[in-house]
Order: sequence, then structure tokens, then C-alpha cells
Amino acid sequence: MKVGIIVYPGSNCDADAMHVSKEVMGFETDYIWHADKNFSKEYDLIIIPGGFSYGDYLRSGAIARFANIMEEVTKHANHGGFLLGICNGFQILLEANLLPGAMLRNNHLKFRCEYVNLRVENAQTPYTNKLEKGQIIKVPIAHMDGNYFADEKTIKELNDNNQIILRYVDEDGNVTKEANPNGALQNIAGIVNKKGNICGMMPHPERAAEDILGSKDGKLIFQSILSHWGDK
Amino acid sequence: MIFKAKVYVTLKESVLDPQGVAVANSLHTLGYKEVEDVRVGKYTTVTLKAENIDQATKSIEEMCDKLLANPVIEEYSFEIEEVI
Repeated sequence: MKVGIIVYPGSNCDADAMHVSKEVMGFETDYIWHADKNFSKEYDLIIIPGGFSYGDYLRSGAIARFANIMEEVTKHANHGGFLLGICNGFQILLEANLLPGAMLRNNHLKFRCEYVNLRVENAQTPYTNKLEKGQIIKVPIAHMDGNYFADEKTIKELNDNNQIILRYVDEDGNVTKEANPNGALQNIAGIVNKKGNICGMMPHPERAAEDILGSKDGKLIFQSILSHWGDK
Repeated sequence: MIFKAKVYVTLKESVLDPQGVAVANSLHTLGYKEVEDVRVGKYTTVTLKAENIDQATKSIEEMCDKLLANPVIEEYSFEIEEVI
């Protein structure tokens, strides 16, 4: 499997994503510079990593979405390629209208960096097929703008189409206000587009893919992608 | 001609503004009990060249729709004046 990781000025999880993709998963993985206009080869998966692209100026992801490479990224996704946005990457996908909704500042106005419990809501996507519906995984978050918002109609569509893949829950798997680290509507932590090939999530699976880091639940996301790719 | 636009971007009324709530709470603490609501927004000035004010207005509208505001959560307004 060939993986490309987009690097913007201010990306800071690109090396973590590279480590997991290349070393832990064994994928052929390249960095792709934001100012490039084309990919040098065809990729199966494009990862937009976390960080603070362009300093998060104006709004998180607002400037990155107009980077040269985004046209190629959009083309890749429109052709059905896997596109995974993590944290700032999720914010960029929202700003680029590749996924519905928007991110607001965390409701408590604080930067949160901690492990959270996530409940798998849909285990039949390319990003979750190695998990089970209802399974609880432990993956860290690290963000200031993770308060997912969309209008009522969009939230209904997301629910009706099973596009919500991860929700913040307590240890027993209950969706509660206390378990919501940022105020996201309906405790939404991760979604996919209707087709299922584009995924955005605030938690960082690349930070939890080895035992030494306290959890390797995040690896299941990458294993799911591999499994789906292998099935194609 | 050179124009200067003052662009105001705020969260839509239907969107909870956590910064606004925090500022309102702080104002209440300071004794301003009369405060009913606070919304925090962004103020941006854009200086631009244009043939006339209509063209400048059209450009600024486009800039707001594409970049300066996110239509999912924000709304904008602006004023334009000629500077030279």
C-alpha cells in the first residue's frame, strides 16, 4: 500500500504519522509538500496530519485548504482514494468541504491533551472494519478546536447514513456530557463521507499504535484501512 | 482607485459562542448585571485596488465567501470606503 502524508508549514504530527505508516505498518510512505501541484505517484491513502497548519490563522484549516496540493488531494478523493484527516487534518477537510460541518473552539476554551474513550459507531467503513460496533478504544486527543458543529439537517443525515464512526464516551461506553472533551454535537469524534472513503477524526490514532505509548488501539484504524485495501 | 473594507465576521446566532459566554460571565462578575448576551467576532481590514466601489464590493463579497468567513458557522458584514 502506498501512503502520502501532506506536510504544511506548521504540521507537527507528520513524523508520527510517518513512523506508524512506515515502521509500524510497513507501508511505502512519502511526505508530500503542500506547495507541490502534483503527486509524484499514485497513492492509495493520503493522510492529512495534525498540527497547526499556517499557525491556525483565521480559522483552523482555513488557509491550508487552499494550498497547491489540495486540488490533487481532492481529485484523489473524488476517484475513491482513501483520505484520512487527523485533528488539524480533520479541520482542513471540513474547511475544504470534503466533509460536512465545521469546528468551533472547545466549549471550555481550553486546549485538551489527554486520552479519551471512543465508542465505535459504525464498524463497516474502510477505517473501522477491524473494530466492532460498540467497541471502546482508548486514543489521545490534543486540540483547542474540536467542538464539532453542523446544522440539524446535516447531523440527521450523518446519523441516517451511519457516517458517524466514533463518539466520545465514558469508560462504560455511555455518551455523556462529562465524557465530551470539547462540546462536540452528539459527542462526535470522527465521521466519514457518504461514500466512506474520506474520514476525519479529532483523536490521534497515530499516537496510540504501540504498547510502549500506553495504547495500540489506534493501530486498528490503520489495520482497517489495510484490510479494506486488500479486499479491493 | 484604492478602497478599504472593514469586514466583521461573527458566529451565526444559531451557533453557541463559547468565547462570548466566557466574556459575558466575566462582565457579570465585574458587576455589569445588565449584560444579556456577548458575541465575540473578528474584525479584518482589507485594502484593495478596484475600478469602482461596485467592483470592490463584489471582490470583498467573494473573499468573505471563500476565505474570510466559514458559511457553516459564521456570517459577515462589511463597509467599504474609498481611501485615495
